[in-house]
Amino acid sequence: MVNDTPKIQVQTLNFFYGPTQALFDITMDIPPRRVTALIGPSGCGKSTFLRTLNRMNDIIDGARVTGEVLIDDNNIYAPGTDVVRLRRNVGMVFQKSNPFPKSIFDNIAYGPRIHGVKKQAELVEIVERSLTRAALWDEVKDRLHKNAMGLSGGQQQRLCIARALAVDPEILLMDEPASALDPKSTARVEELIGELRDQYTIVIVTHNMQQAARVSDLTAFFYEGELIEFDRTNRIYTNPAKKQTEDYITGRFG
Amino acid sequence: MAQRQWQEKAIHLTLVAMATTSLLVVALIFLFLGKEAIPFLQEPGIARLLDRQWMPVSFQLEHFGLLPLLSGSLVVTLTATLITVPFSVMAAIYIAEIARPLEREFLKPFIELLASIPSVVLGFFGLVVLAPLVKGLFGLPSGLNGLTGGLLLALMAIPTVISISEDAIMSVPRHLKQASLALGASELQTILKVTVPAALPGIIAAIMLGMGRIVGETMVVMMVTGNAALVTLNPFQSVRTMTATIAAEMGEVSFGSVHYSALFCVGVVLMLVTFVLNLGAQRVLKRYGMMS
Amino acid sequence: MNNPGERLTYLGLRLATYGVVLVIGYILADIIWHGIPALNWAFLSTPPQQSGGAGGILPAIVGTFYLVSGTLLVALPLGIGGALYLSEYATRNRLTMAIRLAISTLAGVPSIVFGLFGLGLFVIFCNFGASILAGALTLACMVLPTIIVACEEALLAVPQGLRSSSLALGATKWQTIRTNVLPYSLPGMLTGTILAIGRAAGETAPILLTAAAFFLPRLPGSIFDQVMALPYHLYILATQHPEAEKVRPMQYATALVLLLLVLGITMGATILRSKFRKKYRW
Repeated sequence: MVNDTPKIQVQTLNFFYGPTQALFDITMDIPPRRVTALIGPSGCGKSTFLRTLNRMNDIIDGARVTGEVLIDDNNIYAPGTDVVRLRRNVGMVFQKSNPFPKSIFDNIAYGPRIHGVKKQAELVEIVERSLTRAALWDEVKDRLHKNAMGLSGGQQQRLCIARALAVDPEILLMDEPASALDPKSTARVEELIGELRDQYTIVIVTHNMQQAARVSDLTAFFYEGELIEFDRTNRIYTNPAKKQTEDYITGRFG
Repeated sequence: MAQRQWQEKAIHLTLVAMATTSLLVVALIFLFLGKEAIPFLQEPGIARLLDRQWMPVSFQLEHFGLLPLLSGSLVVTLTATLITVPFSVMAAIYIAEIARPLEREFLKPFIELLASIPSVVLGFFGLVVLAPLVKGLFGLPSGLNGLTGGLLLALMAIPTVISISEDAIMSVPRHLKQASLALGASELQTILKVTVPAALPGIIAAIMLGMGRIVGETMVVMMVTGNAALVTLNPFQSVRTMTATIAAEMGEVSFGSVHYSALFCVGVVLMLVTFVLNLGAQRVLKRYGMMS
Repeated sequence: MNNPGERLTYLGLRLATYGVVLVIGYILADIIWHGIPALNWAFLSTPPQQSGGAGGILPAIVGTFYLVSGTLLVALPLGIGGALYLSEYATRNRLTMAIRLAISTLAGVPSIVFGLFGLGLFVIFCNFGASILAGALTLACMVLPTIIVACEEALLAVPQGLRSSSLALGATKWQTIRTNVLPYSLPGMLTGTILAIGRAAGETAPILLTAAAFFLPRLPGSIFDQVMALPYHLYILATQHPEAEKVRPMQYATALVLLLLVLGITMGATILRSKFRKKYRW
């Protein structure tokens, strides 16, 4: 469907929370430098799937994975994989904006610092670059050393995006990044996603179908832990191949 | 890279070791109580614990009967529980359901204050103020008896019981109360017929935990119960509890003697009683989902 | 609140509550009222004379201070470490369940049983003798479960999102804990610990058999020395002194010092805690 070599290849991925299976035989290729949206009714496994891509599910008790996820042809579930290095390469933005209760500067510098950047000049440069990319620089440049908790909800979320960008990931995972924001801030975040799409491989979970249609190049529809359909976004919305997808898009359930 | 992973592993292992300390301490408690108590069971034998007298120092035959000590602990525990329960439950209901917010802000910390008064200070107060009062009030030869002990122990248990009961009452779902009010029940009827019954398991667990504290308390009973090892259930008589016996006599025995070993036997019994009470309370709390 | 029966019930509930309050107030007032006249600088700063019937209580204050510091030194790291393990690392397995069971068991063990245990293990088996070391270790075992529970509570109060964000940025588990969990939970852990330690300062039964000296009018020289301690000193003055009635002012003053010490620690920690809670409102 897209001609680039895939950035992420998922092969017969199954995921279990203890005895319950949450994902069934997911196979999909996610292309580089595109926005891929994951949609589906709540509980369909889209967030769980997203978290298998940077192994954030590892921290859950009793989580188990079978199958493979290849990023640049390396299986991230292979034994001996350095999860820390993986997560550096695969950034994540969460549903609830969660800045650290530190200054704006320290929030952005957090990632680079733990990865060994010590020079203040370098940190200053990274902070400015990341904030600029996240379209937040102009709003906060005069109060970099104020506590990040003082920002508005929308600003906090863009701060979290900037924080993720600061460690220079190639892939950016977003878990309903705008669901807790007001319409104006949502538009701002969507605009930002549009600006980031040609530099990063973005995978975004949303249960707002209009949002998926607005921001994404490709859309994957999940239902009850299975990948029902995965195609170009305009195809999914105009001419879905599967009945379930059509029912969901047209609002018959979900 | 490898160094970082080693460091993570080392920290993980250190924390496991630190967490396991609690396990180790419990194991060591059982081990050391057992180790020092077992010689008595071998010689002079467990049957000697069933004697009706506790008279560990004697020119003829020493008696190591646990019965008077058990009855002593029972008397003060029952007396204290009988006083604790009504006051605690009523106060918990009042604080949780009736008191105004500002009143709560004052009542809760003030009653918690009681929990932090050292037991030896309460014992001293009992000795100097309460015992003469009890003596005068009931016309007794001495105020050092089970009742005085029970009254003071009640003071020690009351804050615990109030605070856990109050949590239980507060955790009764709002919709239950609203359903009752909507049916035309008065506020008081709702409290007594809906809220309190729904919180009952929590209240019972609170009482059991309170009793655990009472049985295990040492200083207060040692100071105000008179310490006569009698087999009695009369709270107006002087009694000697298990805890007071250990505390008072352990300082004067020689290590490894029969008396020494007998005191560890008392410790084992005491440990078992409180263990059962606490376990029971936790079961109740867990069963009714009042504990994580 | 209309019919007389209901009004009477309300009155009963209120009376029971304020009855308890009144009794607490009376006890505090009695100790303070009788304690203050005998309390002066000399009393606090000189050693006792004539088996406690005269002089001051300096060695007892110092002894309690040593015991409490020793307890803190042992129990605080163990408590924080244990809580960190339980809240951040532990998975649902047998070991975790056994540790949790052990903690709740430990919390219910009577203080005098801790005394017996300390006597058997530290005083006799480890051959520390009745000493500051043995007493502090015994007290540490006693307060450990309370400290672990308090520390775990403080850790749980740190929002999960901080941990996941940090991990998602490629921080290791320990980096995450060190930079994003410990700094925000440390105040809560410390105040919770101080509360537990406050209680330990007033405990008599565990040190009765492991550390406390009847009468020792000098200051301890090493951790292997026996010490006087405030609660034990009060117990001795009140029950063992040949002229208990005569030395009543001394008893009251000792009780007051002990009470102020324990309540001071407790209230200080409570105030600090509410301050910190306001600072980090998530």
